Amino acid sequence: MNDSKTPAWVNVILLPLVNIFFAFAFSAIIFVAVDVNPLEAAAVMIKGSLGYQEGVGYTLYYATNFIFTGLAVAVAFSAGLFNIGGEGQAYLGGLGVGLACLGLDHALPFWALLPITMVASMAFGALWALIPAYLQAYRGSHIVITTIMFNFIASALMVYLMVNVLKLDGQMAPVSRVFEQSAIMPMFHEIAAWFGLSFSESPMNLSFFIALACCVLVWILLWRTRWGYAIRAMGSSPTAAEYGGINHKKLVIIVMLISGALSGMLGLNEVQGYGQQLKLDFVAGYGFTGIAVCLIGRNHPVGIILASLLFGILYQGGAELAFDFPNIDREMIQVVQALVVLFSGALALMLVKPTERLFVFWDRKKKSLGKAEAEA
Amino acid sequence: MYENLILILDATLRVSAPLILAALAGLFSERSGIVNIALEGKMLSAAFAAAATASVTGNVWLGLLAAIGVSVCLSLIHGFASITHRGDQIVSGVAINMLAVGLTVTLGRFWFGLGGQTPALSDSERFTPITLPGADAVADVPVIGLLYSELISGHNILVYLALVMVPTVWWIVFRTRFGLRLRAAGENPHAVDTAGISVAWIRYRALMCAGVLCGIAGAYLSTAHSAGFVANMSAGKGFIALAALIFGKWKPVPVLFGCLLFGFLDAVAIRLQGAELPIVGEIPVQAIEVLPYILTVLLLAGFIGRAVGPKSIGVPYVKTR
Repeated sequence: MNDSKTPAWVNVILLPLVNIFFAFAFSAIIFVAVDVNPLEAAAVMIKGSLGYQEGVGYTLYYATNFIFTGLAVAVAFSAGLFNIGGEGQAYLGGLGVGLACLGLDHALPFWALLPITMVASMAFGALWALIPAYLQAYRGSHIVITTIMFNFIASALMVYLMVNVLKLDGQMAPVSRVFEQSAIMPMFHEIAAWFGLSFSESPMNLSFFIALACCVLVWILLWRTRWGYAIRAMGSSPTAAEYGGINHKKLVIIVMLISGALSGMLGLNEVQGYGQQLKLDFVAGYGFTGIAVCLIGRNHPVGIILASLLFGILYQGGAELAFDFPNIDREMIQVVQALVVLFSGALALMLVKPTERLFVFWDRKKKSLGKAEAEA
Repeated sequence: MYENLILILDATLRVSAPLILAALAGLFSERSGIVNIALEGKMLSAAFAAAATASVTGNVWLGLLAAIGVSVCLSLIHGFASITHRGDQIVSGVAINMLAVGLTVTLGRFWFGLGGQTPALSDSERFTPITLPGADAVADVPVIGLLYSELISGHNILVYLALVMVPTVWWIVFRTRFGLRLRAAGENPHAVDTAGISVAWIRYRALMCAGVLCGIAGAYLSTAHSAGFVANMSAGKGFIALAALIFGKWKPVPVLFGCLLFGFLDAVAIRLQGAELPIVGEIPVQAIEVLPYILTVLLLAGFIGRAVGPKSIGVPYVKTR
């Protein structure tokens, strides 16, 4: 566990890459098992996600979701808390966005509505994280179990609201009305047009930039503020933090509120940008993907942006795969994602020791070579 | 009224059986110190393995065997990550759940070409209801007849197995040497280590036991409760089982009652769909569906009783040098 045995770049760059490599290698085996050439599949995925403007737009649209949920997991992780409830918090956040849009889209222009939907998404997401946070801090129940339970409660609540309250009369599908055009996030191709640039139509929208701004804010929060110091102190040593005068209970609440708010903002992209109406299951596992993103991104906003891009490529590329290969569909991406979580998260320590040994071995070899030269 | 009650209790047993098996699986692993949020994924994979094998070989027992095999394999992966390499037990659990969702559909689509389902199983490829001796004879006897012929008789063998597993698991965990060590590994692994017993090996065995039980639970879903596998058919049952485990405070008999309670709520929710009740009117199904989760949250928080898990749960054991 002694980090000093290896240079910093090994821990920060090499090990995550090696872990991802292992995950991809095992994914390749599964591709072969279902009769798909993994190299061809990779080529299709890269071409489908980065090869043309619409594909890039989709990739970044997915990445937006992953940045929000990844940051949410990362902030909680930094404090040593595992927020597995991103799914439910994002669901509620989307509900907040949807209600704000449904209520105010006739009355307000977009630029007046945007702050309201942002606040609504954060408030609803944070609220859904507040209860587990309170129970963890003051009643001692385990946050992982409570947040899992809250995911299910959120999904039941949404089914109830959609079916009984928000569904349009005379409609079979439980969906709300489509928002007024004025409420909808400006799409990236529209934004590009303001600057005289042309970009193909895609669901990528303004919230991508909001997500990037969140990355900067989270970085400032964690590494440049008093709270951030307290959060990281609590994450690395709760007892030392407590001894240093940090109020553990209060901090758990604050961290989870921030985490929930970040998850909730997924609603901006998914409801106000992509869906443009409230419907069921729009979170679609993005909350869980946030865990994978955070693990590869090593809790750091820059890492999370890169990991989100990677998952954006996987999701968009995965959608394209289904056109070319009849044997697979989007579920295959779930497998790749699972392997990434397994290797980058659960087995993260597996390769630390071997790499260390390799470096110690190299070091010795270098030194003995040096010695031999000096003697000669 | 009486007949309705019997029918609801009958449905309760059927819905509870996989919960009981999965919750007991969780009991094994959590008592040994491994948080098991992967019950869901293990069950789902087992359900797929059972249905796929039963449909290819035509033998339901081979299906059960395959289910157990797959579930134990996943348990070993779980153990490899969280025991051998001291990875986060929750992260590895999440990985297994994701893997199960993706892999079952991908392989199902490839092997059977039905969009991730397995072909519908015929009765000979399933666990079918067993009529206990004399059930038909006493069916017309008032009160007891219905009780025996509907509620006690007429379930498939896995339901009875699930019920038998409760005392069996109790006996293993509380009356055998292995059980004592298992509980010690979850409470105070250092003490186990000091006694010269390998904590890792105990936890591996506990996870394998959990794998076997999850395997049976999965097989129940696809080859007893329904006739074939459909995508994501475990539908949160693994988490309900986890909730029941906490609800039963990690003890077999209370866990059984937790499962029966949650199963009962499920059965009632189905019966009450759209029904008008006196005084309260129509209760939304979702309100009943979330009760297990809400009850568990309340219990964990100590608002109704108190659930305190094994002391060393979730902490990878590091041998002191």
